[in-house]
Amino acid sequence: MAITEKQLEELLAQYPSKVQKTRRKHILIKDSTTETPQVIEANTRTVPGVITNRGCAYAGCKGVVVGPLKDMVHITHGPVGCAYYTWGTRRNKAKTDGDPTKNFINYCFTTDMQESDIVFGGEKKLAKVIDDVMEIFQPNAISISATCPVGLIGDDIGAVAKRAEEKYGIQVLSFNCEGYKGVSQSAGHHIANNGLMEHVIGKGELEEAPAKYAINVLGEYNIGGDGWEVERILEEIGYHIVTVMTGDGTYEELKNAHVADLNLVQCHRSINYIAEMLEIKYGTPWMKVNFIGVNSTVETLRNMAAYFGDEALIEKTEEVIARELARVEAKMDQYKKICEGKTAFCFVGGSRGHHYQGLFRELGIETVLAGYEFAHRDDYEGRQVIPDIKLDADTKNIPDLHVEKDPERFRLKLTPELYEELKKKIPLSHYAGMNVEMKDGSIVVDDLNHYETEEFIKILKPDIISSGIKDKYVIQKMGIPSKQLHSYDYSGPYAGFNGALKFAEDITMSFSTPTWNFITPPWKDEPLLVGTVADAEGVA
Amino acid sequence: MLDSTPKEIKQRTGGGLINPAKTCQPIGAMYAALGIHKCLPHSHGSQGCCSFHRMHLTRHFRDPIMASTSSFTEGSSVFGGGANLKTAIKNVFTLYNPDIMAVHTTCLTETIGDDIPSIIRSAEVPEGKVVFHANTPSYQGSHITGFSNMVKGMVSYFSEAAEPIKKEQMNVIPGFVNPADMREIKRLLNVMGAKYIMFPDTSGVVDSPMTGEFQMYPEGGTTLAQLKDTGNSKLTVALGRFASSDAAELLAKKCQVPVATLKTPIGIKATDAFLMVARRTFAKEIPAELELERGQLVDIMTDTHFHFHGKKVAIFGDSDVVTGLTEFVLSLGMHPVHVLTGTPGGAIGSAVGSFEEDIQEMLQQAGLEGNVKAGGDLFTLHQWIKNEPVDLIIGNTYGKYIARAEDTPLVRVGFPILDRSVHSYMPIVGYRGAMRLLEMISNALLDRQDRDAADEDFELVM
Repeated sequence: MAITEKQLEELLAQYPSKVQKTRRKHILIKDSTTETPQVIEANTRTVPGVITNRGCAYAGCKGVVVGPLKDMVHITHGPVGCAYYTWGTRRNKAKTDGDPTKNFINYCFTTDMQESDIVFGGEKKLAKVIDDVMEIFQPNAISISATCPVGLIGDDIGAVAKRAEEKYGIQVLSFNCEGYKGVSQSAGHHIANNGLMEHVIGKGELEEAPAKYAINVLGEYNIGGDGWEVERILEEIGYHIVTVMTGDGTYEELKNAHVADLNLVQCHRSINYIAEMLEIKYGTPWMKVNFIGVNSTVETLRNMAAYFGDEALIEKTEEVIARELARVEAKMDQYKKICEGKTAFCFVGGSRGHHYQGLFRELGIETVLAGYEFAHRDDYEGRQVIPDIKLDADTKNIPDLHVEKDPERFRLKLTPELYEELKKKIPLSHYAGMNVEMKDGSIVVDDLNHYETEEFIKILKPDIISSGIKDKYVIQKMGIPSKQLHSYDYSGPYAGFNGALKFAEDITMSFSTPTWNFITPPWKDEPLLVGTVADAEGVA
Repeated sequence: MLDSTPKEIKQRTGGGLINPAKTCQPIGAMYAALGIHKCLPHSHGSQGCCSFHRMHLTRHFRDPIMASTSSFTEGSSVFGGGANLKTAIKNVFTLYNPDIMAVHTTCLTETIGDDIPSIIRSAEVPEGKVVFHANTPSYQGSHITGFSNMVKGMVSYFSEAAEPIKKEQMNVIPGFVNPADMREIKRLLNVMGAKYIMFPDTSGVVDSPMTGEFQMYPEGGTTLAQLKDTGNSKLTVALGRFASSDAAELLAKKCQVPVATLKTPIGIKATDAFLMVARRTFAKEIPAELELERGQLVDIMTDTHFHFHGKKVAIFGDSDVVTGLTEFVLSLGMHPVHVLTGTPGGAIGSAVGSFEEDIQEMLQQAGLEGNVKAGGDLFTLHQWIKNEPVDLIIGNTYGKYIARAEDTPLVRVGFPILDRSVHSYMPIVGYRGAMRLLEMISNALLDRQDRDAADEDFELVM
């Protein structure tokens, strides 16, 4: 069921006029016949009071990008809450490799700022907490992430970090990712990217990759073990993974990210800054990949093989693809029988809102509404619009990191001619965005809010909605299955071939669970008094 | 699991926390505000705060947790959040139409010093609608303090002593407990035939049924009329000194309603104490139905005492709940050798006493010694356990890491429970709640005994 412009206007009419004007720009009905490509507003402020799913810069920095690095101690400088809520809640799984005392993934460190720290400053306390951490844990490196009050009271966490580095001879990274910065988690991704690029990547001693087909996997956070499934496939084909950013990743590996021959970008939004900077500094091209769904995974593997252009690698790639397809396709078809013909909303963070549409399609489910919580225009419209994006004050407050060619380590991985030729065939240093893949008539919504969620459900009556924890039960109360695609409802992996199967199994389960049948009690469908018509003598 | 935690305890000097046993004020304020009928909690701060609190509450209750935010930017942090809050108030009433909007602050807005009452006064609040607030600086106390502050806000804004003579009714402030606990406390009073106002009351709000329809404001929650009427009650029973007594004291000051501060009625002694207060207040005898329940509980406790007597237990969580649990396990003959809360012991500027003294006194009376700490963290608890192992850990979900590391059973009680369900629908208060706790404790211990038993020691009857 499609939506009409009129229905959309009616929906928006409920807003106060100023909000209406703002929100209209964040919603579009896909139409590929327009003369110029459709434009959507994104990465701008959420209107106060409009119930949003968005979080903050701290969540994007510590919670998403920095936090998964397992051999570091991550200290949150601030009152207790922010550290607490990012402790074990994002499912970025991490295995202990080697020394079990160097995996800090299940720990949570906070300076637990008190009123006196707010009044007199928290730098001393932070320095002492670092002392405690060094005394007890001796991590390979430490990160400090700032929360709102830190910036307001003017604590210089960079200076504290520097002094600690001098004292202990390890790297102490500081991130000024105060929650009020930017308009969403996105600002925090950018801040984290800058910090890791400036201070960690390239600090390793390797000059060359230790093996052929060396790659980095960027923007893979190993939610529910996604990264492990991707690694399984890539390693079997013969790729050498230098580092994963940052799911199950380590500080030690990250330092050598400069030696890779290719950077894969899974979550474009959260890591494209590093991808771009690696290309400028070290000459390493990046490629947009998508390991969600069988077809996308196959396409990605073929694109990777095409990049390296090595016959043996191409052959091995096809061998693995053939074997995996033979294994999963028949099973996917079984699940498809139950899912076929259904419709979905797909509203996730900054790349899954796009990626999962393909997987839904493989199951015969059409995505009728999709959107991102904190993406930018390029994630919708494609990177070609980046020069046209007007930077507002909120974005300008996040400094850009400018890198230059590394005189020692910059190496062209491809000849300029080959690069241009490949660019025509594979998404090399390019992301085409979500919109292009969506059907005409479907809806794209940026920063979908509670009111719109309810209203769009009423109009479009989807069979399933993939979103996050905050609206999961709102949706289910309406009798519609809801699949969390931030945490996968504690299942997974959903990436790669095994992940596609797991997803199909879980989605099918959400349709076929008998529990939906009990919503209406039997007495609602049956009159209380059952009588028979009496005959003339009054005998029933 | 937690392999970096050493057995040797070194004094930490930094004042930071490793694996906290508390979180910040605003989430408690948000939870308390949900206990008012047709109320939308509003977080005055950055978006992340609201998002984190909704996430955590939703995961604990597995029910919609609706709340809005002032969506601060860098600009509002510099120039103040007045404009944001006023815009939010307008949008909230236009779009979500609550009767009441409960604003709580965050560390951001406390640090910049936004004057909430004056912002509210200059905001467009529709006729018949109400906006109230509580200051909940995240850098003081804990989520329990935030709960307490929001309940205080209810009293200071709404409670009125309209009648010269107090009514035959009492106020009950249940504290930061599950909706099932609030239901159970109300059931006890209903069986007593006592008139009461419970505030806040999240039952019917965060344990709403599946009907095929989403209701932004479910049936439950204390009404505004009830909140006003709290000033006319003859007594306020504050259940839990940390979450409830501040509001009760404020009500005493404002409307001359006397206060009885009691333990959260977890276990037999605290439930007895609660019912005795109700009995005295209304001069009503305890009904046979409740006496039967109590008798059944004592029956079970006695019949199965060998399942738990003398077992060592570590208890952590929120001060009021931990105090109640400690008292209960002591009445079972268990040894609570480690007792810890993340909430600071004596709260800020209030009548709330010391957690550590309370627990130490209970241990002393039982002739026991143990580690007791307020304002502690789970790193400390883990080190204690490494030095003196226990048979059982009782606490929230975060205890599962220690439980696994030390191969010790964990009974999940308190907030938050993120990895199991049904807990918010089942009480731990009252005699029935005590039976449930007893079942959980016994089962955990006996399951462990079964798991570890050699074939020849594996028993059918236990």
